[in-house]
Amino acid sequence: MEVLRITTSGSVDDGKSTLIGRLLYDTHSIPQDKMEALHAASKRKGLDFTDLSLLTDGLVAEREQGITIDVAHIYFSTPTRKYIIADTPGHIEYTRNMVTGASNAQVSLILIDARKGIVEQTYRHFFIASLLRIPYLVVCVNKMDLVEYSEARFNQIVEEFQALIASATFKAPSIKFIPISSLYGENVAARSEKISWYNGDSLLEYLEQITFDHADNSHPSRFKVQSVIRPKTEAYHDFRGFAGKVVSGHFNVGDEIISLPSQQKSKIKTIEQFETPLTTAEARQSVVITLEDEIDTSRGSMFSKPENAPALLREISAQVCWMDQQKLVPGKAYLLQHGINRVKAKVQVIQYVIDVTSNKILEDKKELGLNDIGKITLKTAQPVFADSYDTNPANGAFILIDEFSNSTVAVGFVD
Amino acid sequence: MTNKIQWEFPQALEDEAIYILRETAAQFERPAILFSGGKDSITIVRLAQKAFYPGKVPFPLLHIDTGHNFPETIQFRDWLVESLGLDLIVRNVQDSIDQGKVQEETGKYASRNALQTVTLLDAIEELKFDACIGGARRDEEKARAKERIFSVRDEFGQWNAKMQRPELFDMLNGKIHLGENVRVFPISNWTELDVWNYIRRENLQIPSIYFSHEREIIERDGMYWPYSPFLNTTEEEVPFRQKVRFRTVGDMTCTAAVISEADKLEDIIGEILEAKISERGARIDDKRSEAAMEKRKQAGYF
Repeated sequence: MEVLRITTSGSVDDGKSTLIGRLLYDTHSIPQDKMEALHAASKRKGLDFTDLSLLTDGLVAEREQGITIDVAHIYFSTPTRKYIIADTPGHIEYTRNMVTGASNAQVSLILIDARKGIVEQTYRHFFIASLLRIPYLVVCVNKMDLVEYSEARFNQIVEEFQALIASATFKAPSIKFIPISSLYGENVAARSEKISWYNGDSLLEYLEQITFDHADNSHPSRFKVQSVIRPKTEAYHDFRGFAGKVVSGHFNVGDEIISLPSQQKSKIKTIEQFETPLTTAEARQSVVITLEDEIDTSRGSMFSKPENAPALLREISAQVCWMDQQKLVPGKAYLLQHGINRVKAKVQVIQYVIDVTSNKILEDKKELGLNDIGKITLKTAQPVFADSYDTNPANGAFILIDEFSNSTVAVGFVD
Repeated sequence: MTNKIQWEFPQALEDEAIYILRETAAQFERPAILFSGGKDSITIVRLAQKAFYPGKVPFPLLHIDTGHNFPETIQFRDWLVESLGLDLIVRNVQDSIDQGKVQEETGKYASRNALQTVTLLDAIEELKFDACIGGARRDEEKARAKERIFSVRDEFGQWNAKMQRPELFDMLNGKIHLGENVRVFPISNWTELDVWNYIRRENLQIPSIYFSHEREIIERDGMYWPYSPFLNTTEEEVPFRQKVRFRTVGDMTCTAAVISEADKLEDIIGEILEAKISERGARIDDKRSEAAMEKRKQAGYF
């Protein structure tokens, strides 16, 4: 059974939480006791209907303010697949959460209020979906009930959005527009009768049909070593296994590999998943690999095929999204974590900052603060085995950690 | 909803959990598994066994014993530790009471559930654990839905929902200051159904109270409470025998039973698929207020 990960974004009050509540409701994922709690909570708020958005607005502060302030994860299943939704806040202060939610998603769901059309936040959301190279983009034009289910209004918004797409550097391979009303469940799970002019899939119908792009398997082969397993027991006296995760591509028993940074080569002797021997390991699998020869490999090493090993980068040019209250300090040493490896890194220069709502480069702005996105050049103390995010996303991102606060202050995408 | 495909366990979840456990072993000096004897912590133990095989599980199990556990759970715990050759550390809520650090609750709703937080935090400090691995899942409860995989706690064990570190892709940042510790949740993305399907696929043993059995119960507030010497009852609350099972395993004063004939894993999974009451709906400790879990989490609860 596959898992489909979705990130949602929207502006305050565009009905995102209601949409998620509706999806859960329509897939029978809300148990009776939670439903009763929702009825009671809605009543306390003086509402005469059951407010499905209360289902996901989890924290006390959120319930008080009526807004979502952190990433919440919501789960539901259909007979087809398991869904994980990262519900991320739509307002400007919490963009870092939006990037966080999007970082593991295959589908980006953007909500637009049919009355308001494309707003500043829409540009931001679209920019982030593009920056993260999310392959499936679903644009839900919501609150169609408040524009009398107008086809003209829907088409107008689609047209404006198409213009936005045309101006972007990255175009999602699949983009879908759906007119919905999350409050009334129109085109959420079931197709709407009220929106008769629209003949396409409902949101859920569309999600159910998404085919998994196993592109990671065709990307260059990368395996990160998390630990070396040496049991030193009677039965496994000479056992030396490399426990880790296939980042991208795949590895077969018998494949020649090169281990970085030692650059020594060997052949894969076995691939094991607990007690089960495998002949091949694919992207995202956690396995143990043993080699034919004793080569210099430890935690943090990376295996690849000798013909397409990643470059050893000491100078990195990257787009970054800054996620900390404290601004980026050029020349200050940060910890750069790429995969599981941490190296010291200094920001050499802030090349430019991008205005994500206009996609324009701000030549004059030379500082990166919370929620800013820009391009920087970094110098690292040790080599980093990264690919460009464009060619191999699974091996092309990193985070920056502040050595004093230990906070994760930025995420970067290697050029 | 009883479609056959639902019976399949999503393998991606196991791969993710094993990756997280390996990161925990590598990034921390003294990690431990918080073990309750419930199905979620049994799942964690299995994942740890698989993550480091053929090596040994590099974490001890820490059990905070309220003294009000189901005897079946304790029996099971000791069997599991013995059969897998694990290290078990037990700390008792009774000791915290004797030391005057906490006070036993009174009245008919008295439970040691809240008290165990103090015993847990003391144990973390005493044993210098810098990471505690728990079986909490985001689908259990709405405050848990916002948890990170590596969740930093301050010196007082407190969780600050607004100061959480962003977690991007699969990159886990476990860097902490002295005195802080991290709660690790490898099965964050699993649902109750995923756990049951995994137990079934892996053919795992679980405490017998998960299966239908006859026991003495009382009815209170529309729920079935297990009758035990630890439960303060009123005169009207007369115990009676009934075939029940438990969907979660807390201690005997905070876990309600459901009437059930399910005595096989297949039947339990079938029940869940058709269940009308969510899992934590049978947890009396959550019923205290709408924000009960969030408040306990801020205080350092599991």
